[in-house]
Amino acid sequence: MFDPEKLIRKGLPKGHFKDLVVRSLLGGTTYFVVIIAALLFGKILIDGAPVLFKAEAPFVDFEFLTSKNQTLHVFDDAQGTRHQLPASEYSAYLAKHEGVPIHNEQTYSYSGGGIAGPIAGTALLTLGSMILALFFGVSAAIYLSEYAKQSPFIHAVRLAILNLAGIPSIVFGLFGFSVFVLAVPVITATPSDRSLLTLPLFIGDYVMSFQGWNSSLMAGCATLACMILPVIITASEESLRAVPQGFRDASLAMGATRWQTIRKCVLPFSLPGILTSSLLAITRVAGETAPIMFTAAVAAKDDLPWQGLKSPFDVLSSQVQALPYHIYTLAARIPSSEFTQRAQYGSVFVFLLLVATLSLGSMILRAKLRAKLKW
Amino acid sequence: MHDTMHHPPASLQEACTSVAVHDLDFCYGASQALTGINLEIPANSVTAFIGPSGCGKSTLLRCINRMNDEIPAARITRGGIRISGIDIYDPSVDVVKLRRDVGMVFQKSNPFPRSIYENVAFGLRLRGERHKTLIDQAVEGALRASALWDEVKDRLHESALGLSGGQQQRLCIARTIAVKPEVILMDEPCSALDPIATAKVEDLIWDLKNDYTFVIVTHNMQQAARVSDKTAFFYMGELIESSDTSKMFSNPSIKKTEEYISGRFG
Ligand SMILES: Nc1ncnc2c1ncn2[C@@H]1O[C@H](COP(=O)(O)OP(=O)(O)OP(=O)(O)O)[C@@H](O)[C@H]1O
Ligand SMILES: [Mg+2]
Repeated sequence: MFDPEKLIRKGLPKGHFKDLVVRSLLGGTTYFVVIIAALLFGKILIDGAPVLFKAEAPFVDFEFLTSKNQTLHVFDDAQGTRHQLPASEYSAYLAKHEGVPIHNEQTYSYSGGGIAGPIAGTALLTLGSMILALFFGVSAAIYLSEYAKQSPFIHAVRLAILNLAGIPSIVFGLFGFSVFVLAVPVITATPSDRSLLTLPLFIGDYVMSFQGWNSSLMAGCATLACMILPVIITASEESLRAVPQGFRDASLAMGATRWQTIRKCVLPFSLPGILTSSLLAITRVAGETAPIMFTAAVAAKDDLPWQGLKSPFDVLSSQVQALPYHIYTLAARIPSSEFTQRAQYGSVFVFLLLVATLSLGSMILRAKLRAKLKW
Repeated sequence: MHDTMHHPPASLQEACTSVAVHDLDFCYGASQALTGINLEIPANSVTAFIGPSGCGKSTLLRCINRMNDEIPAARITRGGIRISGIDIYDPSVDVVKLRRDVGMVFQKSNPFPRSIYENVAFGLRLRGERHKTLIDQAVEGALRASALWDEVKDRLHESALGLSGGQQQRLCIARTIAVKPEVILMDEPCSALDPIATAKVEDLIWDLKNDYTFVIVTHNMQQAARVSDKTAFFYMGELIESSDTSKMFSNPSIKKTEEYISGRFG
């Protein structure tokens, strides 16, 4: 029988206290994480933003973005005024005030000038690795989703690719070092001493020498591409599968070959998805330090990547500076002081801004495409 | 068949039979979907496939343009299909060319998310047609034939996804007839349409049947009775009865057929 006493209890419900504890515990951890993130971003914003932005028009200090990295000289002149000058201005100053003594001179590596070199290097590394990764990744994804029969072997391949995505980037760095830097074949007339193997080609003096590409833009791009490939393959395959089977059926039934079907009825409709996820991949490629540490990056370089080259192709075989590696250098290799902060926080701030822009871009793109591509 | 079958052996050619299915067994992996189907589909007429759900109508339809080739482990285990006397499962037959001669309209309308014009021009472009005026003509012809021209002539370059469901299905038909196949297979083309759109599709089939051989799968007995010249009744993967539609609906020779047509099971 219906018993109102049982249905409408008086007092606090059973388990009320427990519920309260669990709720505040879970909420507490969530807000703890939020507070940490807020502190982190707040600190970088407060210390970094003034480096890039300034009060008067045009409000952005392009100097910092476009000038080369230099050593900072800090000294007192005869009147006791403190000067902070990057190396080039410092030598100009000395030339102008010849014979005037300066006092308390200190130098801080990498802390003067701007970060044009690291920005350019990161841009090149990102561009190169994305071209490689998209080419191989999309090809593999097309094969997996459109051509391969769904056999246990293919499932194993897919699983292997998924697992590859979880490998720490330092492992890719070491892999890239031992393969691209030290072992891949090059065609040359003058093989190096440490070549692992040389094969004659019978064209002039040229031989195929397994000596690697040295630490270079090329090796860095290849390593970064390897690191990001699993992500690109998985995301591309997902986008390809999201294209309704009906399009493929219709196209095949119209007498299209499989490749025509893919080219005209599958790829165009999955391309937006592929590009969106690639934008996120770019964020990762641009931000990784470990894979380029041994394969492409240098801490200091006087020229921008495209300067001082004999031929434009030499840019591929030369080392570059890179933004994340530059940040690592600034943080770990030079003693921190009030004079190094500008470079340190400025670089981190620019870097975060870049990553945030790319993420935001891919989020907006995704939302737009979702609205547009409905079937 | 213009492309596929250049010189069909004259002895095999039967003037009035377009598609001939003989002794066909079909399996999806281990499960048999069709058993011992023998059926002649006459040219330039409408043949309806009827039968309860899961009896193998779609399977047989997809055998005729070899769309089943796309399904892993699905295969014909006995018998075969001839179109104009040519065994379409012969290794020398190019399946791509076969499908250009045997068009298909699917149950779920599936226009490409492109413009209306591009949808209809798709097949022509596949064949390498570049001539703008020729494509224009073919597109207009196909849209007129499928009774869609007046509704879309001012918005040819707008997305096909902006059309109503019935218009989309007629667009799919236009896309199929734009390339002038010999045989048109339709798998429940009206199942998602309202009575008015259905009537339009039926009129269209009626108008076009002098030029094409239609095979239409339908769950709608009235539709089969209205549009088809010949009806085939399937049950559990077997062909129970096939005959002229008028005879089938007025005087079926097998009890099961009568029960199904009168709606007593299925
Ligand atoms: N891709 C497939 N893989 C395995 N079995 C299938 C596949 N497609 C269909 N079948 C099976 O084959 C049998 C016939 O299916 P079919 O789709 O031809 O039926 P149908 O007569 O078209 O039914 P409906 O009227 O519901 O469309 C069914 O038992 C079905 O489960
Ligand atoms: Mg069906």
